[in-house]
Amino acid sequence: MADKINNKEVLFNPLSKNNPVVVQILGICSVLAVTAKLEPAIVMGVSVIAVLAFANVIISILRNTIPTNIRIIVQLVVVAGLVVIVDQVLKAFAYDAAKQLSVFIGLIITNCILMGRLEAFAMANKPWPSFLDGVGNGIGYAIILVIVGFFRELLGSGTLLGFQVIPQSFYDAGYVNNGLMILPPMALILVACIIWVQRSVNKDLQEDN
Amino acid sequence: MENLNIFIRSIFVDNMIFAYFLGMCSFIAVSKNVKTAFGLGVAVTFMLVVTLPVNYLLQTYVLSAGALTWLGPEYADVDLSFLSLIMFIAVIASMTQLVEMTVEKYSPALYSSLGIFLPLIAVNCAILGGSLFMQQRDFPSVWTAVCAGGGWGLGWLLAITAIAAIRERIATYSNIPRPLRGVGITFILTALMGIAFMSFLGIKI
Repeated sequence: MADKINNKEVLFNPLSKNNPVVVQILGICSVLAVTAKLEPAIVMGVSVIAVLAFANVIISILRNTIPTNIRIIVQLVVVAGLVVIVDQVLKAFAYDAAKQLSVFIGLIITNCILMGRLEAFAMANKPWPSFLDGVGNGIGYAIILVIVGFFRELLGSGTLLGFQVIPQSFYDAGYVNNGLMILPPMALILVACIIWVQRSVNKDLQEDN
Repeated sequence: MENLNIFIRSIFVDNMIFAYFLGMCSFIAVSKNVKTAFGLGVAVTFMLVVTLPVNYLLQTYVLSAGALTWLGPEYADVDLSFLSLIMFIAVIASMTQLVEMTVEKYSPALYSSLGIFLPLIAVNCAILGGSLFMQQRDFPSVWTAVCAGGGWGLGWLLAITAIAAIRERIATYSNIPRPLRGVGITFILTALMGIAFMSFLGIKI
């Protein structure tokens, strides 16, 4: 397998068929916590794409020199280093977004997608496919964030990226924002709906119980 | 009294799973039967109780701004807080190694049923999350950190055991739409439990 990896598949499979969030069930925590508004969701998505792509490349370059028994610690240190950079950059250039994301930028370190991809892909592949794998999985993750963030902000506050989308006449006619959408449990239900849709299309992903 | 309050609030109001949704990966994957879920819950509780005070001491005496003054007055304006992420994760990773070796020695059955999720406790968001919340909230003393850690751990244990029990039942008695089986229904269950736990908001002792 290692010698003929289809780069295109590596890049595009994670977008739907092998999506890290709804199929591999990795990195759920941040999906739920940062998606109450669309903007932090996008910032988070971009940060994860960057960290994942570069961590994959670095680990893939180092893969033959890392001793197996301490590999988790090495991976954590590489990821933590990258996350510190992202954290400082966000604090410098996007302070409001960084404030909103609070601890969740730090929690990128423990985002299971990172460890999962580093273990499963970067430890066994060359840097270029690893980079594509990182970008692909990062985008797959960001897509879910954006979908969930879109619905939660639209239905919960009637805005998108802070702009009013639902016209005032709707409110005058008695339309009310769904306050439940702002609360974290609705993110879970939205992800469950995405899983439902995705699995009714791809029947081979269905489970028995 | 304050500490007791924080302990109770950490279990019910600030519950790691139902209020912050931290540690969901292992939560979803290991909650298929009660026994394994309980074992993982105990391991996570232990990790939180140990790592939170250690990280608290690190934070107060080494990392935060001006924390190094005990070395001498010339260190007063050293601020190492940008290193906190790396230090916290290093503490957590080494503690995980310790827990892993202990469990392997004393309970091989639990060790084999937890499988890959035992080393992955190191990347369980709930544990790093606990340390980061601790940093954000400026706890007054190390005992507060211990209480909060214990509370968060017990809350996590409670949540995973409850969901595992429900999932065991559901697997035998319910007819769920096929695409929702497994992961999908677990998400919805967790959401409903989360809404239920909101009724604890405002508890104060």
